[in-house]
Amino acid sequence: MAKSALLKSSLAKKYWMALTGLFLCLFLVGHLAGNLQLIFGDASAFNEYALFMTTNPAVKVLSYVTYISILFHAIDGIVLTIQNKKARPIGYAKNNAAANSSFSSRNMAILGTLLLVFIVTHMANFWAKMHFAEMPLQKVEVKVEGQEPVLIYKTVQQQAIPVNAVEMGQLEVKGTQFFQPGTDLKVADGYKDLHKITVEFFKNEKTGLIATIAYVLAMVVLGFHLSHGFGSAFQSLGVNNPKYRGCIKGLSFIIAYVIPALFAIIPVYIHFFK
Amino acid sequence: MNLTLKIWRQSNAKEQGKMVDYKIANVSPDMSFLEMLDVLNNELIEKGDDPVAFDHDCREGICGMCSLFINGEAHGPDRGITTCQLHMRKFKDGDTIYIEPFRAKAFPVIKDLVVDRTAFDKIQHAGGFISVNTSGNTQDANAIPVPKHDADRAFDAATCIGCGACVATCKNSSAMLFVSAKVSQFALLPQGKVEAADRVLNMVAEMDALGFGNCTNTGACEVECPKGISLENIARMNREYLKASLK
Ligand code: HEM
Ligand code: SF4
Ligand code: FES
Repeated sequence: MAKSALLKSSLAKKYWMALTGLFLCLFLVGHLAGNLQLIFGDASAFNEYALFMTTNPAVKVLSYVTYISILFHAIDGIVLTIQNKKARPIGYAKNNAAANSSFSSRNMAILGTLLLVFIVTHMANFWAKMHFAEMPLQKVEVKVEGQEPVLIYKTVQQQAIPVNAVEMGQLEVKGTQFFQPGTDLKVADGYKDLHKITVEFFKNEKTGLIATIAYVLAMVVLGFHLSHGFGSAFQSLGVNNPKYRGCIKGLSFIIAYVIPALFAIIPVYIHFFK
Repeated sequence: MNLTLKIWRQSNAKEQGKMVDYKIANVSPDMSFLEMLDVLNNELIEKGDDPVAFDHDCREGICGMCSLFINGEAHGPDRGITTCQLHMRKFKDGDTIYIEPFRAKAFPVIKDLVVDRTAFDKIQHAGGFISVNTSGNTQDANAIPVPKHDADRAFDAATCIGCGACVATCKNSSAMLFVSAKVSQFALLPQGKVEAADRVLNMVAEMDALGFGNCTNTGACEVECPKGISLENIARMNREYLKASLK
């Protein structure tokens, strides 16, 4: 009884919804901290963060938990919504729902589905490129006193690899790695220039403005989803007590309004001010 | 007051129903909503029409029998009351009032505005009780001390009259406010703790089996509940259930 109850019952679905939802909120905090490098850090800081996020083993484990959470949260949410629709086969001719509940709370499934569309698009725009596509490697300019500035590749090993050395065939590039030509003697690892891809994405002459608007709108949707979702998750897990209510409200404000707003500032900043 | 009523008419459980318009004149603002329907029914009977069937019993807000979804809200636009306590002064001359039965798969329509709420009884039978010996050697109720705070909250939960407004209001037709009130009124008291785990597991299982929906914490039930049953009860049920299923 107890075992199947924790998987199949109505309440169990709520627990999983809440746990995955709260985990995704934690993920958002981490993701935001990294992305703010696009405003407060330089290209190097951002690309170092991107490399760390795609290679660090602990981050890898967390990222799998994130993928599974999104899938589980979305599937569970859709199953719940379908079941709930079936619980009222004939609707009301007049239903004044606005009198007793918030817009967000009544539209979690629609908001969530929009988020899912956004997440898939967003992953296609950046995550897929970072993981599977041929990426430009980051170049930096170094100034030597009394000479023309030199363009070099930024490398993990802090080795200066002049861009024209590669152009003249003195070094060979395979993926992100630099080799002695014709051998498998690795000289250094470059950095995928995700910073450049990101900036170009939002500054693109044709699609940059549309992308910026779409990303801002997605954050509005996220704000609505979380303005109900964050507090709701605590209720689902049985935490509703006048003692903690203030604390949850405060946190909810940060998670639902401050975090999406900070996310939304990033594309706006890049598009208009970079 | 002169009013237009849009009322759900359905001759029996199997027939398809529809909304039908009625005009009613000279309604006194001091009438209760159910008295207004009585007047309408008298007129219908005089004309030889079928009167509108609706549920009611005590007409003083304690039995939970009256129902009705009025202008898009369970028990109408007022707060903290049942339909029998709703007065016509809440409406204006010339208003159009929608009157519909409580809607849920688990509350099928019997006739017109009357729905079958036996599902709530079934949930109660699944665990909404305590097993005590009543064969002559009952214990004095005051022999078991209960902290005032717990007694108050148990009492608050026990004021649920099982009217079903929470289900009718909820966009998911969820019965969780009702079930959580029934779980809480026992779980908070020493006498109820003995069977607490089985109670919550069985009542939730029964609730699911009867086809009620799933709570998404919109809070609409708490707003529309005539007895002000708090969402804290649902949180308590969620805790009790988690505890019970981990046992
Ligand atoms: C960044 C992404 C997301 C975050 C941080 C997030 C967070 C949350 C949280 C905290 C809840 C409240 C859980 C509860 O009430 O117990 C929730 C509910 C919900 N989410 Fe999401 N969510 C995200 C994406 C999605 C997606 C992609 C869907 C997909 C279709 C979705 C659908 C839903 C639904 C239907 C609910 C309401 C379920 C309920 O209240 O029982 N969410 N979400
Ligand atoms: S919880 Fe409130 S609305 Fe629901 S059945 Fe009890 S009294 Fe009625
Ligand atoms: S008739 Fe008893 S509560 Fe309304």
